[in-house]
Amino acid sequence: MPEIIWTIIEASIKALAVVGGIQLMAALNVYLERKISAFAQNRIGPNRVGPFGTLQPFADVFKLFLKEDIVPKNADKFFHSLAPVLSLSIAIAVWAVIPFSSYVDIGDRRIYMGIAPDINVGLLFILAMTSVGVYGITLAGWSSNNKYSLLGGLRSSAQMISYELSMGLSLIGIVLITGSLSLNDIVNHQLAWDGWRWNIFLQPVGFVIFLITAFAETNRAPFDLPEAEPELVGGFNTEYSGMKFGMFFLAEYANMTTSSVLIVLFYLGGWALPVPAETLGLKDGSIALAAAHFLVFFIKVLMLLFFFIWVRWSIPRFRYDQLMNLGWKILLPISLLNVLLTALGVLYLK
Amino acid sequence: MNWYNIVFYLFALIVLVSAAGVVFSRKMMYAAFSLLFTFFGVAGLYVLLNADFIAVTQIMVYIGGILILIIFGVMLTSKFTDLEIKSGTTGTVQYVLAGISTIIVAAALIIMYLNVDWVQNPVPELESTVKPIGILLMTKYFLAFQVAAILLLLAFIGAAKIARRK
Repeated sequence: MPEIIWTIIEASIKALAVVGGIQLMAALNVYLERKISAFAQNRIGPNRVGPFGTLQPFADVFKLFLKEDIVPKNADKFFHSLAPVLSLSIAIAVWAVIPFSSYVDIGDRRIYMGIAPDINVGLLFILAMTSVGVYGITLAGWSSNNKYSLLGGLRSSAQMISYELSMGLSLIGIVLITGSLSLNDIVNHQLAWDGWRWNIFLQPVGFVIFLITAFAETNRAPFDLPEAEPELVGGFNTEYSGMKFGMFFLAEYANMTTSSVLIVLFYLGGWALPVPAETLGLKDGSIALAAAHFLVFFIKVLMLLFFFIWVRWSIPRFRYDQLMNLGWKILLPISLLNVLLTALGVLYLK
Repeated sequence: MNWYNIVFYLFALIVLVSAAGVVFSRKMMYAAFSLLFTFFGVAGLYVLLNADFIAVTQIMVYIGGILILIIFGVMLTSKFTDLEIKSGTTGTVQYVLAGISTIIVAAALIIMYLNVDWVQNPVPELESTVKPIGILLMTKYFLAFQVAAILLLLAFIGAAKIARRK
């Protein structure tokens, strides 16, 4: 068979696995969120469906499937249906370039763990997809023909556009240090020093900025103004019900996973093992090493997800002007300064 | 017909259909939204030309920036979103003039397409498409790069000045 067919088969299998994985992660996130929020508020949380309530997210999804789908009379029907699809598909599209482990050699084929992780504009692609992510929410807000939805949609787009800048600038530090836009190269660069040359040590300021902007880009508390219940009823998704609402929900949790994964890849060493692979007796390209890498990676992602949820249930929401001040007057100048200092450092130390 | 052609015609179809949508749709919002697909299709064509950097920049600048601005404008002027777009004056004279100029442009394009000696050499495989662009921007095209940056800064300050005036 020609090479292209193999490539297509490989990519399709990976894509199916990734999409399935994202949904499982979303289910896991929902469960963790409910359990941790219950813990934070001294409740028990879901404990009826399945052992320790672990099947609760699936029950939630079935409930959403069975609910009536209500479309407001004066809503723009086409865009009203399109918005959730757009949100979810963009949330998933980012995963085209995200690697989640090293490679496996099967015969003379080297299979990278990720749909197309070795693309050399990977980082730019992620930034591009983040900027496209605004559309789903904006359209949802506009097409619902409801002032609360519209306000939520507007807030969300203003917020995402403002924080995108600092996010991109904080990543420039990493690009300067690594000298590449490929996510594989960025992780491989962190594997030096016995797997401890993490970018968080080289770019502490960039890390903090990226963390804050990641919260803002995912619309999570303390930046969840687009869906601030006391002011906006439900924000951009006020007029959504049934599985369309479910898709927004799924997109939000998928975005949360994506952000955690990106933080791990960019700053926390990706899949770097705490001890060199040779001391464990694992060969490059073996399945065992790839599995170990994936395990380390997954544990880091889980810890960050916990952090995301922890922050949401312990920190109050920003006011809108505070949000804009933080974005434009604090984060943007700091990230610009960070770029300048990193550039000087790379110039004189490398 | 090989894979390359199939994908090319797919993207070309997306671009043409959505561009027609931009021109012919009566609702502003639909037109703005069709433009989204046009931009995406063009980005796909860039990828086929081995220009993945340009493709991603296209998505970032046009879809992530300019189009959002357009949609914002349409959304916030809510009176216009439902407005039917109609041409002001239409009549025989306009039809004839428009028809003639269309025919002239189309004929010129077709003649050019048939006569130009199109480069068909295969593009050399580059290891990275980003690095050479970066090096060129910092050496050969440095002045143009800086001038563009200053122009954007001026536009930025000007926009803030206009928005602040009250």
